[in-house]
Amino acid sequence: MSIRYGSLAVLATAALTLSAMAVFGQEAERKGIPAPPGHVFKTIISGYQFRTKETRALQDDDLENPGFLAVERAADMWKTVDGSEGKSCMSCHGEAETTMKGVGAAMPKWSEKLNKPVNLEQQINICRTEHMKAQPWAFKSKELTDMTTFIRFQSRGMPVAVKTDGPMSPWFEKGKEIYYTRVGQLDLACASCHEKNNGKFMRADFLSQGQTNGFPTYRLRDQRLIPLHERFEGCMFDVRGVPYKPLSDEFLALELYVAWRGIGLPVETPSVRN
Amino acid sequence: MADKPRIKLPKEAKKGEIIQIKTLVSHLMESGQRKDAQGKPIPRKIINKFACEFNGKPVFSCTLEPAISANPYIQFDARIDEEGTFKFAWTDDDGSVVTAEEKIALKA
Amino acid sequence: MGAINRRQAFLLGGGFVALTVLPMAANAEPSNDAAELIKKFTGGKEAAKGKITLDLPEIAENGNTVPLALTVESPMTAENYVKEVLFVADGNPNAGVATLMFTPMSGKAEASIRIRLAQTQNVIAVAKMSDGSLFTERKTVKVTIGGCGG
Ligand code: HEC
Ligand code: HEC
Repeated sequence: MSIRYGSLAVLATAALTLSAMAVFGQEAERKGIPAPPGHVFKTIISGYQFRTKETRALQDDDLENPGFLAVERAADMWKTVDGSEGKSCMSCHGEAETTMKGVGAAMPKWSEKLNKPVNLEQQINICRTEHMKAQPWAFKSKELTDMTTFIRFQSRGMPVAVKTDGPMSPWFEKGKEIYYTRVGQLDLACASCHEKNNGKFMRADFLSQGQTNGFPTYRLRDQRLIPLHERFEGCMFDVRGVPYKPLSDEFLALELYVAWRGIGLPVETPSVRN
Repeated sequence: MADKPRIKLPKEAKKGEIIQIKTLVSHLMESGQRKDAQGKPIPRKIINKFACEFNGKPVFSCTLEPAISANPYIQFDARIDEEGTFKFAWTDDDGSVVTAEEKIALKA
Repeated sequence: MGAINRRQAFLLGGGFVALTVLPMAANAEPSNDAAELIKKFTGGKEAAKGKITLDLPEIAENGNTVPLALTVESPMTAENYVKEVLFVADGNPNAGVATLMFTPMSGKAEASIRIRLAQTQNVIAVAKMSDGSLFTERKTVKVTIGGCGG
């Protein structure tokens, strides 16, 4: 039995090596943007470029892209009154298409009030609890992920533009430290996979630079939108490590640092990934 | 399945033209093969049928099984010989039906 | 683990490679109800090769969402059109995928859907024409199993 499958596997290997080459393409074909001086990459490349043509096609058409179900749901929620103040997002922010343009591309951003950076999910919940006197939405809830997607979508095509200087710089350094720290039973850092080995396979997975410009992203595997910190958690589970908590200071620092690794990439939300 | 289905087709077409129709609807398409955290099987709940008619006449329909991905996407064509109204209907295992309508005009 | 640390063990066990095997579930003998479903659909009649084009990825990045596009050659007139197309997958727990029903008003016998494939397997289409003739086509899709995040 094992011998029979063994020789089958050898044949399959030969065939698949060739077809994998055809399907995933070569590095030269992956389009990116030139990185600014002092950046870790020479060329910054979106995760989109590492996916198959079928996966890219699902992202390219706004009707075929299932992420737009979330955009539409949140567009309705934007106008829906909630909480004891009797307000909707629209009461204060008007038309999201104009007032939220560019906001998602610059997150996480410094909050003077909280004396720390906040990301989109956190800002949405601050507005709900403080400004609307409504219940916060749970992380990973459909509502929070939909609204995050909707606001990021208002920046689609705009370059990722996080600020990393001033009070943000210790957070940036903290994120960088996490990125290069080996963790888990496999003793791998984010950089082991996404810096040293992008463009290669790790077992069945074709590794990208691990960019965040498409988040929240519709994952084919989960058949739903995934917020960024859920992906961070997944990557840490993958090396059999104990992940930080979603929306923790550690993941916030990491979000800031990884956003900088993709500085200038166009926002693709809602993107489609495997 | 409270969400509005997403439908894309042209607003107008020439007589005899064949148009493309794209539809996407929000649904988990629970296959009946999965188990919950306690190990209990999660019962099947899918959209099992989709139908499109134009001015009351059938254009395209299908029956669906649990092997259809969540948020079912269905794309097909239609020949336009007159102006009128498309009716779309998605039928859930629980008997509920989500419907939508789209009008199309004839190009001069 | 002696002198080898865990990371070295991981690298020895495959590690990162420029081009590698995508794991292929040893292609099980079709053990589901594919044959019965096809027989029920065709009434036991033989389906000829041809007329059908199946557009499916050679390698699906994830088996949970595999785009499938169908084209059947046909004039799609009241006298001569494609009536029904059955799709089955021979390596899923249940073979049934979908049955599409066309009419002359469809204009073209073309459609796209997205399907779930539990492992590397064949997707088989059988088309029934208005004159009762039958055509079939099949395509193998290699399904990648993996995905960061579990
Ligand atoms: C064992 C290898 C591995 C490690 C270590 C790892 N990842 Fe990943 N990561 C993956 C794989 C595989 C994917 C999915 C394919 C891809 O885009 O690379 C992925 C995807 C991602 C994505 C989504 C990319 C996109 O285009 O949507 C982000 C963001 C990400 N990883 C960030 C991280 C961060 C931050 C860390 C460290 C905490 C990390 N990863 C550690 C393997 C890894
Ligand atoms: C009562 C007024 C009010 C309501 C209602 C409100 N917000 Fe806000 N929002 C603010 C204020 C004020 C700020 C500035 C930051 C702060 O003080 O929290 C803000 C900031 C934001 C920002 C960051 C903007 C930027 O330029 O960085 C986002 C995103 C946002 N709100 C989203 C929402 C969403 C989504 C809702 C509905 C769930 C909502 N807000 C409801 C008052 C409101």
